[in-house]
Amino acid sequence: MEGDIAEMGKYIGAGLAASGLGGAGIGVGNIAGNFLAGALRNPSAAAGQTATLFVGIAFAEALGIFSFLIALLLMFAV
Amino acid sequence: MAEDGASGFVIKPMDQFIVKPLFGGDHIAWYTVTNVTLWMAIAVVVIAAVFMLGTRRRAIVPSRSQSVAELMYGFVHNMVEEVTGHEGVKYFPYVLTLFLFILFSNLLGLLPGSFTTTSHVAVTVVLAMMVFLGVTVLGFIKHGIGFLGMFWVTSAPLVIRPILAVIEVISYLVRPVSHSIRLAGNMLAGHAVIKVIAGFATLAVASPVVIGAVTAIYALEVLVACVQAYVFTILTCVYLRDAVGDGHH
Repeated sequence: MEGDIAEMGKYIGAGLAASGLGGAGIGVGNIAGNFLAGALRNPSAAAGQTATLFVGIAFAEALGIFSFLIALLLMFAV
Repeated sequence: MAEDGASGFVIKPMDQFIVKPLFGGDHIAWYTVTNVTLWMAIAVVVIAAVFMLGTRRRAIVPSRSQSVAELMYGFVHNMVEEVTGHEGVKYFPYVLTLFLFILFSNLLGLLPGSFTTTSHVAVTVVLAMMVFLGVTVLGFIKHGIGFLGMFWVTSAPLVIRPILAVIEVISYLVRPVSHSIRLAGNMLAGHAVIKVIAGFATLAVASPVVIGAVTAIYALEVLVACVQAYVFTILTCVYLRDAVGDGHH
């Protein structure tokens, strides 16, 4: 019985941890949306900034990836 | 994990990531030839074929495979020069190797029945640790102990500089983690989603919708495979800039 509750908590925790990825989704959408808004105002400057765009997306995504990592750890390592 | 119902409705999305020895047996030692080894070797062979056979004739007007090779070469070269600066072009061969290996591993993994080597954290951690250790060693060789000045943000007020230094050190040490998990996580999640949705095709009613959905997600995964290779490479360039650049960014 005790083991069952621990197992259940593990899966609930993994699900909760994965919800952190929603934050990463908001962040990435924010960056891409603002990039698009800026790019439509000044299309000639947009091409030079795509590298910055992807670096920004990668950094925003990294924090969501950590919660995904926690979920994976709970599922497979704990 | 999945329910084994009366209808035989079973979805096992994680089965595609199981590492199996190629030549029988179930014991895996460090020298065992597994399906990971096989698909890494295939990736290397395909890259070599595209680059060596494609550019063999060195035509002025490139053939199709030659222009593919030239496009990728030029793309990565521009990226290194743009992000890392002129000093970084010396390390361009390594960056190109990383880009091609990750791109071809990702794309080969999308073939039905194949194995995605980059979906395994063990593979991507090695790639990311090589970059991390390489950049750190290179920084100390180039700047000596002054490389640590990177963590001391001189543009901030003196009071908060120690706090910033701690944050900077943590964010520096966490780089290989996010660098590797990002690639592995994206590959793992994408392939698992394809398998889960494809699993619904066993319900006859849903199958037309499922085929459309799988096609759409597959197309998305092709995009993700390319974007993740690009992101891994551009982050390598950004990290490299810290080491070979003038140290003040």
